[in-house]
Amino acid sequence: MAEIAAEAGVPFAARQRPPAKVVGPAAWARRNLFGSWWSTALTLVLGYLILRFAWGFFDWAVVHAIWTVPYDAQGHANSAPCRAQMGVGACWAVIADKYRFILFGFYPYDEQWRPLVCIALFLALYAISANRRFWRRELGLVWIVTLLLILLLMHGSETLGLTVVTDDRWGGLPLTLLLATFGLALAFPLAVAVALGRRSRTLPAVRLLCVVYVELIRGVPLISLLFMSSVMFPLFMPQGVNFDNLLRAQVAIILFAAAYLAEVVRGGLQALPKGQYEAADALGLSYGRKTRLIVLPQALRIVIPPLVNTFIGFFKDTSLVLIIGIYDLLQSGRAAVDDPVWQGFGNEVYVLLALIYFCFCFAMSKYSRGLERDFSRSRRR
Amino acid sequence: MSVTVAAEELPEVQSAVKADAAPAIVMEKVSKWFGTMQVLRDVSMTIAQGERVVICGPSGSGKSTTIRCINRLESHQEGRIVVDGTELTDDLRALDTIRREVGMVFQSFNLFPHLTILENCTLAPIWVRKMPKQQAETLAMEYLTRVKIPEQAKKYPGQLSGGQQQRVAIARALCMKPKIMLFDEPTSALDPEMIKEVLDTMIGLAQTGMTMVCVTHEMGFARQVADRVMFMDRGEIVESGTPVRMFEDPQTDRLKLFLSQILRGH
Repeated sequence: MAEIAAEAGVPFAARQRPPAKVVGPAAWARRNLFGSWWSTALTLVLGYLILRFAWGFFDWAVVHAIWTVPYDAQGHANSAPCRAQMGVGACWAVIADKYRFILFGFYPYDEQWRPLVCIALFLALYAISANRRFWRRELGLVWIVTLLLILLLMHGSETLGLTVVTDDRWGGLPLTLLLATFGLALAFPLAVAVALGRRSRTLPAVRLLCVVYVELIRGVPLISLLFMSSVMFPLFMPQGVNFDNLLRAQVAIILFAAAYLAEVVRGGLQALPKGQYEAADALGLSYGRKTRLIVLPQALRIVIPPLVNTFIGFFKDTSLVLIIGIYDLLQSGRAAVDDPVWQGFGNEVYVLLALIYFCFCFAMSKYSRGLERDFSRSRRR
Repeated sequence: MSVTVAAEELPEVQSAVKADAAPAIVMEKVSKWFGTMQVLRDVSMTIAQGERVVICGPSGSGKSTTIRCINRLESHQEGRIVVDGTELTDDLRALDTIRREVGMVFQSFNLFPHLTILENCTLAPIWVRKMPKQQAETLAMEYLTRVKIPEQAKKYPGQLSGGQQQRVAIARALCMKPKIMLFDEPTSALDPEMIKEVLDTMIGLAQTGMTMVCVTHEMGFARQVADRVMFMDRGEIVESGTPVRMFEDPQTDRLKLFLSQILRGH
């Protein structure tokens, strides 16, 4: 456009800035918040409610909050000052006293550096994977090694001098990250395979199997699947054969997530123009190469938003394992306030839990938006 | 209908037909149905090596389906198709062999939008021909130079104009060093001012003696380049002959009608 204007002989200097009435924050507010008497009224009412709530929260969480409580000679916290302020101010002392239980559940107190290292390993793994410079074949190897290392650290090994901690004592944040990461990392390839299988024209039996799998799994709630894995599954197995509870819950989550992700991926496969398949065929690419080089890179880019949506949903859905007695982050937090000293101080703990979940989910959402932007930049313009 | 380029503007192209060699493409009584609708009726043709054939006809006449059968993007249900000595069957190995020897250019270009122009061109040589990457890139640059857009190699298809994209598509097909090139209405999706650049590229290709089968409405191109023009209507070949004979002395009413429709307005 600039060249056209220049060629037409319109000097740039002659152009004026738009008047302040059109741009700037004041104009924005006028246009969007006070455009008519109706929107002005709405702005005022909602503004009042938001301020009112924000002030109430601030008053509770900061102004009247109690940050520490006295400890007696045995090291037990005395929650009496908090009880006196209950309902008026937050008692953050509950978190100071209980944070290790919330974060690590029933994991032996002296060994809790191990789950802490695991959390660090998870975060490092996410950080590395997020960087597109590292998107190479070796990254898969890094994932496998890191995940195995995490399992080893959590479980321990006598030969390495680490006390064995069986997984019924695992809990808290590492367990949530474990369920979510293993769940999605294994569900995703399965989902791609199922989505491709469902679109197969040459293998009708495979297609039928994929359809049945997706429809069966999607037809039941995750809770019932978890119950089935925990209660019914052992009934069908011969005496003496028993897989542990956590593993069964993990498998249930993988199968459930894969069914949903498969439908998302299938959407991407369908959105790809037929011409792309034909061009790949015409060049003589085999099915495998066509899928890997042409179809999946494009189909998966198309479905980044719904894919991340599903990821975020499943990250939070891992908290449903609490119904079969697994102490994930949410359940550990709930259990922390079962302590008679801290009974009734659930709000403070839930605020913390919400904050932790929010950090992870928001990071995923933010990252996916960046990814979308990068991909669309290389595609168009 | 797009603008027809007058024959006088185009350079002379010598015929390269090798009538004595084995034919490049043989179709014998090929029939095909979509559901219950018959789209090809006993289509038979023999195309010699080096021959340039233009297939024309009204839309829905089966001309696209015919050339899509040659590299089996569509499978025929009756009859026989032999391409470069290999019969097209469900045998996947035969299919691989043929697709390696037959290049195709589509109406809607079908470049891979997530790959650069260079990657579009090197993909098949590297993965299908097992060519080393370096060599494939040299080859790709050679063909991109031939279609006159080497400077666009690092860009993505979305950044190119339609005419440029179609020339890349031609270069991409040529990088596989095919013996036969199929063109499925290569200029129909282009703005008028871009048609000539694509036609010029195709004429350049014709001058190298490539066997070409083109579905197109560009009668100027047909007149200049084609050894033979086939007119299809309702799934069958109605008439075929040299361009001069076909355009100046049409024998059937259907071709006369088609020519009068296509030339109206020019």
